Amino acid sequence: MREITYREAVREAMCEEMRRDENVFLMGEDVGVYGGGFGVSAGMLEEFGPERVRETPISEAAFVGAGVGAAITGMRPIIDLMFSDFMAVCYDQIINQAAKMHFMFAGKVSVPLVIRGAAGGGTGAAAQHSQSLEQMYCHVPGLKVVVPSTPYDAKGLLKTAIRDDNPVIFLEQKKLYNQKGPVPEEEYLLPLGKADKKREGRDVTLITYGRMVPACLAAADKLAGEGIEAEVLDLRSLSPLDRPAIMASVQKTHRAVVVHEAVEFAGFGGEIVSVIMDSEAFYQLKAPVKRVGGLYCPVPFNANLERETFPTPERIEAAVREIL
Amino acid sequence: MARISGRSLLSDRGFLRELMVRMMTVNQFEEKVLELFGEGRIHGTMHLCIGEEATGVGTGAALKKDDYMLATHRGHGHALGKGADVRAMMAEMLGRMEGSSHGKGGSMHICDFDKGLLGANGIVGANGPIACGAALTIKMKKIPDRVCAAYLGDGASNEGAVLESMNLAAAWDLPVLFILTNNTYGLSTPLERAVRNTDLTQRAAAFGFPAWECDGNDVLAVYETVKKARDYVIREKGPVLVVEHTYRTSGHSKSDKNLYRSKEEIQYWQERNPIARFRCFLTENHIFSEEEIDKMHEEAVQAVADAVDYASACPEPSADSLEKDVYAGEYAGVYGDGFAAGAKGGQA
Repeated sequence: MREITYREAVREAMCEEMRRDENVFLMGEDVGVYGGGFGVSAGMLEEFGPERVRETPISEAAFVGAGVGAAITGMRPIIDLMFSDFMAVCYDQIINQAAKMHFMFAGKVSVPLVIRGAAGGGTGAAAQHSQSLEQMYCHVPGLKVVVPSTPYDAKGLLKTAIRDDNPVIFLEQKKLYNQKGPVPEEEYLLPLGKADKKREGRDVTLITYGRMVPACLAAADKLAGEGIEAEVLDLRSLSPLDRPAIMASVQKTHRAVVVHEAVEFAGFGGEIVSVIMDSEAFYQLKAPVKRVGGLYCPVPFNANLERETFPTPERIEAAVREIL
Repeated sequence: MARISGRSLLSDRGFLRELMVRMMTVNQFEEKVLELFGEGRIHGTMHLCIGEEATGVGTGAALKKDDYMLATHRGHGHALGKGADVRAMMAEMLGRMEGSSHGKGGSMHICDFDKGLLGANGIVGANGPIACGAALTIKMKKIPDRVCAAYLGDGASNEGAVLESMNLAAAWDLPVLFILTNNTYGLSTPLERAVRNTDLTQRAAAFGFPAWECDGNDVLAVYETVKKARDYVIREKGPVLVVEHTYRTSGHSKSDKNLYRSKEEIQYWQERNPIARFRCFLTENHIFSEEEIDKMHEEAVQAVADAVDYASACPEPSADSLEKDVYAGEYAGVYGDGFAAGAKGGQA
């Protein structure tokens, strides 16, 4: 199978959906001739023109709100927010408007809107351009939250997100944009809310998503050398969450470590642990469930400090050894 | 008493009658929900527009049925002015299943998508960006003869979202009609303490589009100004700002003790309320007699009373579907295995 980058996979998903449905369009800062802050939309202006690859002023509240207004009147906008940290500038339109309209107006309207943003650290972009804030969106009923870890997942999930009639927060992992992976030429879609087993194992389940998937796979390879077989469960979508997949894996391995790049305290890992504890799976646990997340600090600039902030394969391995 | 404009409309008695009945209906609606609140039949809070009836009714009359419109938290008059169903609105106030939001929205989230009302909004200033999006749909789909009107108040005029959306509408030539009802106070803060330049029409000049202002207690002036503005939006394919000067004689919300203004000031404006002024205009010009106008009043009282009867007989919504109503389309619950409350603790 051919291999393309995560960046190309995201672009292919948008292009295919824009060819398929004339109501789909892309808007955001510098998405046109510049190709988007991370080069994701490079070349799209030439194919679709400035009406459908729409460059915006630096006015996140205005153009995210315009996305909401366009969505409730028949369009299917994709918004490129560049750095996902900028959602803090337009929180009202995401939290109070997009998320609530379908419920608040008794299902008389829906909000088919995708908000793409590049999330995560490891690029030296420091405190305001490196965050993983997915758990904040998961806490708001009405939003769906997707964090893909491979080119294959990114393409299939984004195509589904664009066809979804609800607002979807699609958090691309900026450190993964250059990663290559197999993506078929023929069209495919991946459902939202289905986890994917990225590695089979019998001794412990590493429950994770996004950029921590490759970190967990690296840790699992290392542990395999010691005779420990770790299963790696990539959630892919946090809301909706694939609880059956979590339960099935934990009931098989009897041990779990939850790993995410976001700050560990009050992070999404707390929800995953709760899902396990608040169920039959609890009785089958042979050890406490561990969390490995980001340190409780803003993301620092210095490269060594930044590396220390996020979970490393070594920290993941240490957590596994602690409960075996 | 201030003069009323609209000499050219004098011959259209049916239209003038409709304006009066609508203003009276808005007023009756507000008085009635206040009464029901006092009786404990409506809970929560509400933001009444008593004294501002001419803005919603005059503006709504100048819009076309298919025009989009976004109302504010003080939106009962905006909604009724656009033709929203008074019975569905009252049922929503009482939190009933037949309410416009099936009892899930309440006073601040009235909607009527069939009449172009894309929802009232509880967040001050949030309408601006959403209006840009609805106008973008009009533009991208090349829908002829349609605009999107966004109501905002003097308070909202200092929200970043409003200023951003004025710029976006101008930069993209979007058919947005910004309707700024200057009701003198942002909650309790008078305009002159919130801004240095109290001429809010100049906001439009800063972004390169025109603005008109009018006496917002003169329903015909409001109608004619918005009509002119709407024509401009259609003709010139770009946004316009209309500033309607009015005064809220009711409190900001249920908790308002009127500590920021005098009884005399409120009384001054009560005497100049838009319904009394229009009554005076209609009788002085011998368009309608006092008796005929009393009959319009009775009609409004009856329409609102009928809405209360209707709403009171409607069932309360069921709590069974609360979690199912959050998302459109197929959805198996946030845990993917049914709905949280019922499915928790189940086997994999």
